[in-house]
Amino acid sequence: MSVKLNTRQVGDVNVIDVAGRITLGEGSSALRDTLREMVAKNQKKILLNLGEVSYIDSSGIGELVSGFTTVTNQGGQLKLLNLTKRVRDLLQITKLITVLDVHDDEASAIRSFA
Amino acid sequence: MALRRPVLTGARTGGESEIVHILESTLESVDTAEALALGAARTTGLDQDELQKIAMAVRESMVNAVVHGNRYSAHKKVRLSIASGPKQFTVKVADEGEGFDFDHLPDPLAPENLLRSSGRGIFLIRAFMDEFQVRRLSPAGTEVTLIKYLMAR
Repeated sequence: MSVKLNTRQVGDVNVIDVAGRITLGEGSSALRDTLREMVAKNQKKILLNLGEVSYIDSSGIGELVSGFTTVTNQGGQLKLLNLTKRVRDLLQITKLITVLDVHDDEASAIRSFA
Repeated sequence: MALRRPVLTGARTGGESEIVHILESTLESVDTAEALALGAARTTGLDQDELQKIAMAVRESMVNAVVHGNRYSAHKKVRLSIASGPKQFTVKVADEGEGFDFDHLPDPLAPENLLRSSGRGIFLIRAFMDEFQVRRLSPAGTEVTLIKYLMAR
């Protein structure tokens, strides 16, 4: 029902595999906490794999955005991987697709981190 | 814990059947309302894409009612009304809060607002529904009406 987050490391990039719903409440706060922990541990190359995200609401979108700005302001990079059609559509109508770095292939996403 | 207190009043208005639920001001009610609206919308024959848009618009409206309108108050309820007729599917969400200025919302697509972490709810509702209306209630509260047109099938 809610969200499940799995973190793994590929080289110096931290991949967060997200599954389920990123919505107001548990879902968005779990994501926020995970991102903050990573930044606090100086892990600032973060790839958010949203391939298994079934649902995201405006609060979840807000969490993606604030995660992006938090990591960027700390000199890091946050990129998105494997958007489902629903999430892609949402990022398109909110125009966030124009500011967020979105990838469809994990290997090339990993390589894109400077 | 049962936080939903569904008061079902079957009423008929203009050939539409309307079902009203009185919900607590909790996040559980947001999920409940979304599921109720989705269940009712499934009977209209709308496709999955449209159903998801309705579900999300109801969710955003409920979040506004519970969080911004009633501010989670145990003394304030949210009235959810779902009506399905031959021409349109209508959901109304009414809170008992102090009201909200819908006319002066910042544009979430403006470059300076693009990276704001909030302020997209109403924008998404408008994008997902065919009609969106707001009405101030007396003595207090706001009612939003969400309408999806049903195409002739």
